[in-house]
Amino acid sequence: MSGLIVTALVVLVFIVIYQIAKASELATILRGEEKVKSQTNRLMAWLMVAFFILGMIGIFKCHESLADKMLPESASVQGDHYDTMLIVTLALTGFVFFVTQILLFYFIYRYQSTENRKPYFYAHNNRLEVLWTTVPALALVVLVVIGLKNWFTITDKAPDNAMVVQVMGKQFNWLIRYPGADGVLGKTDFRLMNDANNVMGLDWNDPAAKDDIIIENGEMHIIKDKPVQLVINSRDVIHDVGLPHFRMKMDAVPGITTTMWFTPKFTTDEMKAKTNNPKFVYEISCDQMCGKGHYSMRGTVIVQTAQEFKEWLDKQPAYYANVQKAAAPEAAPAEGAAPATPPVGDSTAHKAAEGATAHK
Amino acid sequence: MSHEATTGNAHVAHAHLDSHGHAHAHGHEHHEQHFITKWIFSQDHKVIAKQYLITGIIWAIVGALFSVFFRLQLGFPEDTFPIMEKFLGHWAKGGKLTPEFYYALVTMHGTILVFFVLTAGLSGTFSNFLIPLQIGARDMASPFMNMLSYWFFFISSIFMFVSLFVQTGPAAGGWTTYPPLSALKEASLGSGLGMDLWLISMALFVVSQLLAGLNYITTILNMRTKGMKMTRMPLTIWALFFTAVLGVLSFPVLLSGFVLLIFDRHFGTSFYLSEIFIGGKALSHIGGSAVLYQHLFWFLGHPEVYIVMLPGMGMASEILSTHSRKPIFGYLAMIISLTGITALAFVVWAHHMFVTGMSPFLGGIFVLLTLLIAIPSAIKVFNWLTTIWRGNLKFTVPMMFALGFVSLFISGGLTGIFLGNSALDIHLHDTYFVIAHFHLVMGVSAFFGMFAGIYHWFPKMFGRFMNNTLGYIHFFVTLAGAYLIFWPMHYEGFAGMPRRYYDYSAWESFKQFGHLNAFISVVVIIVFFTQLLFVFNFFISIFKGRKVTNPNPWGSTTLEWTTPLHPGHGNWEGDIPEVHRWPYDYKDDGQGNDFIPQHIPLRPGEEEH
Repeated sequence: MSGLIVTALVVLVFIVIYQIAKASELATILRGEEKVKSQTNRLMAWLMVAFFILGMIGIFKCHESLADKMLPESASVQGDHYDTMLIVTLALTGFVFFVTQILLFYFIYRYQSTENRKPYFYAHNNRLEVLWTTVPALALVVLVVIGLKNWFTITDKAPDNAMVVQVMGKQFNWLIRYPGADGVLGKTDFRLMNDANNVMGLDWNDPAAKDDIIIENGEMHIIKDKPVQLVINSRDVIHDVGLPHFRMKMDAVPGITTTMWFTPKFTTDEMKAKTNNPKFVYEISCDQMCGKGHYSMRGTVIVQTAQEFKEWLDKQPAYYANVQKAAAPEAAPAEGAAPATPPVGDSTAHKAAEGATAHK
Repeated sequence: MSHEATTGNAHVAHAHLDSHGHAHAHGHEHHEQHFITKWIFSQDHKVIAKQYLITGIIWAIVGALFSVFFRLQLGFPEDTFPIMEKFLGHWAKGGKLTPEFYYALVTMHGTILVFFVLTAGLSGTFSNFLIPLQIGARDMASPFMNMLSYWFFFISSIFMFVSLFVQTGPAAGGWTTYPPLSALKEASLGSGLGMDLWLISMALFVVSQLLAGLNYITTILNMRTKGMKMTRMPLTIWALFFTAVLGVLSFPVLLSGFVLLIFDRHFGTSFYLSEIFIGGKALSHIGGSAVLYQHLFWFLGHPEVYIVMLPGMGMASEILSTHSRKPIFGYLAMIISLTGITALAFVVWAHHMFVTGMSPFLGGIFVLLTLLIAIPSAIKVFNWLTTIWRGNLKFTVPMMFALGFVSLFISGGLTGIFLGNSALDIHLHDTYFVIAHFHLVMGVSAFFGMFAGIYHWFPKMFGRFMNNTLGYIHFFVTLAGAYLIFWPMHYEGFAGMPRRYYDYSAWESFKQFGHLNAFISVVVIIVFFTQLLFVFNFFISIFKGRKVTNPNPWGSTTLEWTTPLHPGHGNWEGDIPEVHRWPYDYKDDGQGNDFIPQHIPLRPGEEEH
């Protein structure tokens, strides 16, 4: 019922506005159409000027209140290059923005219709066309050169000393895997997955898999100043590993392995001090729509010194040992429990980050 | 001469469509068509245009209302809104939107606005209305096919509308409906029956667009009146021509992508699926590629952006020139840049996929091609600015919207340079920066082109004017609202705030924008009601608007204004006028007028432009 009343009210308000608007148009005709037309024209020109001035003040105010919230300090070496490029692009497009908008609104004011104004018949000028074809083209060349240089650096192979961490997306959290003492990520097969004791489908026939460490709460620990390569994939639908502080992002696609690498610059503690926020934390956001829990698919990154990292890692049990221990008290191995049956492929010859370059 | 005496049958009146010469003889016989053939299953391009427009308006209200609902959630995640339960029932129990339906609303908002409003509602309306009128044809090449195209769109609309009411809700995987999310029922509620209906609806929509597009192209190429050379066509027609070309060449690829998706959903194929563990079990699919779908989707998806944009560009060119009383600057350069945009539109699609792990080399190529497309866009902006320079600007409502179009196109277009540059796209991809970018440029700016067109051609469509005062209110609130909503979103994007999130309050990195989100939502509600005011103005003006008395109320040069005030099916009562000059002769005609229509012969000694 209240819905009906609201609707009726809205319609009523519209009718009132319309009647007023209509009355004003009728008055126009009575007062002499031409005269009112020129008055309206002047009014509109001034309103556009007012809009422009208010708009510029608005842009200034908006920047004032949001500037310190917009771009968190870059926390990776790559992020610094990113920020430089962003500022160059902002400056260039900002310049074009202000020049063209000023011209637009100035022309609106300056060339508003008046009784004696004779429009200037000016249909084309090839020199001008060439001018504003080449100048934007040159500006774009600059941006393309900077862009491609950064792009090829970012997408280049990770340095040899990079630590390798696997990130696997699933509805709706992140699984993180470390290769363990042997430095090799063991083989996986999605047919071996189950939520009880093999969340990432590790192949227990592969000795390299047995010391792998899986962090199931989406907390990724990495080392300050040491390049880290993320080997990314997904269990179910497409996700995306978004790391806003490191200016990094890469899709997690089922069936395809993707990678990205970067070098963190500040530990989490250092960032807490820098941002003056004791609750500061690097977050992993899922940036590809993945279902109803998409907005809550949150992981965290803890950047530590090498020493702190080693201490933390030493405390993490291998996933294999963990599930064995959990299964043990219940006596007989439950169906599907490790070690699982179907061995897939050769379990001895393989490399770290298997399939890291599988997508071609 | 009494024709009736010889034939005794009023139906011969149709002959006036076929033969120009005898049109006069039949003029007085105009028989009353049945209501159904005149207004429903009409083959008159002008009626079909109105059908597209009104269907588009209805969809626009639905799509905009959805955005109000999800903005309420985004702006006020802690609060409840009982009114939402009235509209959405169990999807908003106690006035709190569920995440499932939040995603359904986001998805439907995108689908409806991009396809049903800014494609069918925009080019459907203006291609139908303007092509025959501006090139001097009595109707489309195939009026029947034209009618079919509308009715395919109508059936497609029915399917989409029905999908809103199914138990598991409509499609909820985003308007791009990427598999595996959209392919697997286990992945999301919206991937059930709702997704099937979405696919059926979209397949029918593609059919409708192809029927329409082929017709537009054929009509423009073959049915121009005498003297209407390609280089004498108004820029609206050029823009609508390229719009149709884009659609005809890219919609079939989208359809193929959808067909494969239907196969994956129901027939056990693995085009897009590989190595998936979901709902507690591993699926048997192996070897497919989820990225393949994205290629097929964006092969239409990117040209689609220009399908949405070009009609606005064409209409803004026409309207800026007419109301500045000055020729469009750089007519030929405008055509060349339209050609450039159309060609490049086909080879930039993968810039939507820079972070899918694509080959960096391929990414580099797409950066180059994408930034190239900024050049023709820049040319157009500078030409528009030069068009109003030293003009005699009449700030009618359509002119205001055309000027707003230019302002918004600049603002939204420039941020494309950020996103097209892959290295910058990495951090900005799928954040609010993208939302701000495309809403300004292909959302609001395209809408401004459409509004400009509606206000400008309303007198031709209905023989009445829309109310000016309401028009000005509509203009200023919408322009200010657009900037207030989308400008601050750039800042959220710089912070990396992801799009398509239901709630940000748990995120340390994004929760600082809580107040801003609330502010944006309030503006959205104001702008929404202002659009309703426009709709109100539109419908009431059809019946009550001030009557048009001058057949050429804007003093325009193009052919549509040479038709009678209420043109019948066939458009011109007598012969179709012959064209003698280009469409932008805004100069002194020696008799006190500041324009010379296209059908006026060159004066002695006058050289054609």
